Amino acid sequence: MNLVLNRRQALLAGVGAVAAASGMAGASAPALAAAEDAAATILEFTGGAEPTMGRVTLDVPEIAENGNTVPMDVWVDSPMTADDYVAEVLVVADGNPRPGVATFHFSPLSGRAQANTRIRLAGTQNVIAVAKMSDGSVFMDKKEVKVTIGGCGG
Amino acid sequence: MATPRPRIRLDRNEISAGETIEVKTLVSHIMESGQRRDGDGNVIPRKIINTFKCEFEGEPVFSCDIEPAVSANPYFQFNVAPPRSGTLTFTWIDDDGTEITATEDVVVN
Amino acid sequence: MPTRRDFLQMAAATAAILPTAHWSRAFAQQSLTQDELLAMDPVGRLSIVHVTDIHAQLVPIHFREPSTNLGVAEVKGLVPHVTGRALLDMYAIAPGSPMAHALTYDDFAALARAYGRMGGLDRVATVVDAIRAERGEGNTLLLDGGDTWQNSWTSLQTRGEDMVACMALLRPDAMVGHWEFTLGEERVNELVSRLGFPFLGGNIRDTDWDEPVFDAMTMVERAGVKVAVIGQAFPYTPIANPRWMMPSWSFGIREAEVAASVEDARAQGADVVVLLSHNGFDVDRKLASRVPGIDVVLTAHTHDALPEPVMVGKTLVIASGSHGKFVSRLDLDVSGGEVKGFGYRLIPVFSDVIAPDPAMAARIAEVRAPYEATLSEVLGRTEGLLYRRGNFNGTFDDVICEAMLTRRDAEIALSPGFRWGASVLPGAEITMEDVTNATAMTYPETYRTTMTGARLKEVLEDVADNLFNPDPYYQQGGDMVRVGGIAYAIDVSAPMGSRISDLTLMRTGEALEAEREYVVSGWASVNEGTQGPPIWDLVAAHIREAGTVAPRETETVRVTGA
Repeated sequence: MNLVLNRRQALLAGVGAVAAASGMAGASAPALAAAEDAAATILEFTGGAEPTMGRVTLDVPEIAENGNTVPMDVWVDSPMTADDYVAEVLVVADGNPRPGVATFHFSPLSGRAQANTRIRLAGTQNVIAVAKMSDGSVFMDKKEVKVTIGGCGG
Repeated sequence: MATPRPRIRLDRNEISAGETIEVKTLVSHIMESGQRRDGDGNVIPRKIINTFKCEFEGEPVFSCDIEPAVSANPYFQFNVAPPRSGTLTFTWIDDDGTEITATEDVVVN
Repeated sequence: MPTRRDFLQMAAATAAILPTAHWSRAFAQQSLTQDELLAMDPVGRLSIVHVTDIHAQLVPIHFREPSTNLGVAEVKGLVPHVTGRALLDMYAIAPGSPMAHALTYDDFAALARAYGRMGGLDRVATVVDAIRAERGEGNTLLLDGGDTWQNSWTSLQTRGEDMVACMALLRPDAMVGHWEFTLGEERVNELVSRLGFPFLGGNIRDTDWDEPVFDAMTMVERAGVKVAVIGQAFPYTPIANPRWMMPSWSFGIREAEVAASVEDARAQGADVVVLLSHNGFDVDRKLASRVPGIDVVLTAHTHDALPEPVMVGKTLVIASGSHGKFVSRLDLDVSGGEVKGFGYRLIPVFSDVIAPDPAMAARIAEVRAPYEATLSEVLGRTEGLLYRRGNFNGTFDDVICEAMLTRRDAEIALSPGFRWGASVLPGAEITMEDVTNATAMTYPETYRTTMTGARLKEVLEDVADNLFNPDPYYQQGGDMVRVGGIAYAIDVSAPMGSRISDLTLMRTGEALEAEREYVVSGWASVNEGTQGPPIWDLVAAHIREAGTVAPRETETVRVTGA
């Protein structure tokens, strides 16, 4: 438990640092609360393990055209064989009222561990994808999507 | 309410063994998040597609647990590597228990 | 006092003298020649000709380049974020020379009188034809970087037909788009279907199935080599412009897809890979540093004109200006599937020096004829220079804001930070054409609404981040929204949400109150169903009534962190 808490704290700190560095909602209390929720959701998914950056490629637009439908694509580098495949991919949005977005379940029949959907983002925030491999190891990618008022391009 | 008619696109229906098919699916659905309020300030009850799955002859290919943060008219694109000719079955499950299903046949040479 | 002989010698070296009282227009015209403007030492066999951001300007104009064009973070102090004398020094261009006038704002009015207007599609046609004649038809490629079909009165009235008809005479090999899309999906499809050359846009997908809407690439064989042209539309079109005008198309930078197109091009045997881009300079500079295998990026959108390519690794980034002021000629020496050498000239299109192409001139006259009466109406006169370009305010927008404040009885006016819009010289008459050159577009309604002080700050912060986000991929490439009735301070290096401060209502000199509602008038809203008179009617009425406008360099924006 102690170990889990430490890892959790480490992850929370990491997410908070990213939110601050992104220069948007980093300082506000609701944003930090949302980021904590997101970190907790991730830890629940990984069973307390802190995911390593890498192997996961999250592709989202830098700036959303429409916060109600933001395309997101996730791909995990994996041979997708019967004994080495991606079991699940969790996607969270760390600035939404509720961080969970979707969990994708793959199998060797998937051929490629890749999926694409469209999501709702209530403002500028990070989207985080965490992959759980068949051996239990966890990897992640994180991208900031800006949701803007728009209208002054020249 | 009429049952929404799903739309499915495969990049091809016929492949050689070992190849992968790209699948795209769209279904019309409001995906009411349960986080909005109506004019009187009452919360509009949640009503979303909470699960989507694709199976090949009963075996799981791809599935998704869906939260309200997935957009209206949910779109999913994923891949399938069918080991032989057979049928892909697609299922969308609504919060109210309704299931929408569709099938596509694939040929493996 | 320089002699004419001195001038000729110096002009030949793209350097010249300071203008003097003796400087006359006739003198400038006699001294500069078409041959000199076009002259360059040829390199290799292939020539790529680039025009971009013409903004539907068929006839010559004055266009003052910006005095303020700030770069932040990694690009601070780098071109194109260098203006005026510093830019001239960087490229060893003599102040007062023709090229100095073309590239900078210094002494703009005096030099404009000396050197005359620039651009005109009939002059551009002459330049393109001359390059084709020198280099050979089969060795020359002409590429149009987009923002071609909109932002003049005739292009608005004909919904781009005038530009398509005139550009057809130039015979481009491909084009990309941005303002084109504000004609709506249906009209774009209709015009594209009869272009006769590819309208590229590898970064445009349909919103239903995520399938390509336009071709990403065209392969052209010239000078015995295969040239792949990959096309990139303005990535933020549905954000910077109304999404409801292109509801089923989704854009974005889509870097991974650009990389895939480059790989595809090489796999198809391309010797040269060109990215015909409407990304904007800083986005393209970053893209070139991250996507390997692009030989040339022909950039656009941010309206930068640079006399030399910027090298990003092995990639040449070419910035060809705007409004028809320049034609870029890039010569490439290609062998063994590789670019071995290049030559480049940013050709300034001085309209009094370069002869109009008769066929193009005739077509321009034909497309303008039905609108001549409207265009030539004299509305009034300006005492000072009217211009738009610059990161913050410009005098033309000051007049536009003044028109909104008075005619819509508003406390605060907002005018979009577009980078297009020609300039009007001090003392000149202001015609309806001048007003529409700064305002003609498909969503011109001048709204009147209320906003709280907090909301106004939010709007300014949002636009400021589009311009000054430290990561170019988050920049949209316009300038700051122009304001009337208020003053503010901006720290361009601060993070999103904390750049703007000291918002002051100028009428009272008091700080804007976060909770108070202010009456705001603006135009070019991206929201569907916006109500109000078209901005050009409002501005025209304002100038007619005023008779003379006297724009001053306003000091309403205090800039720090630059």
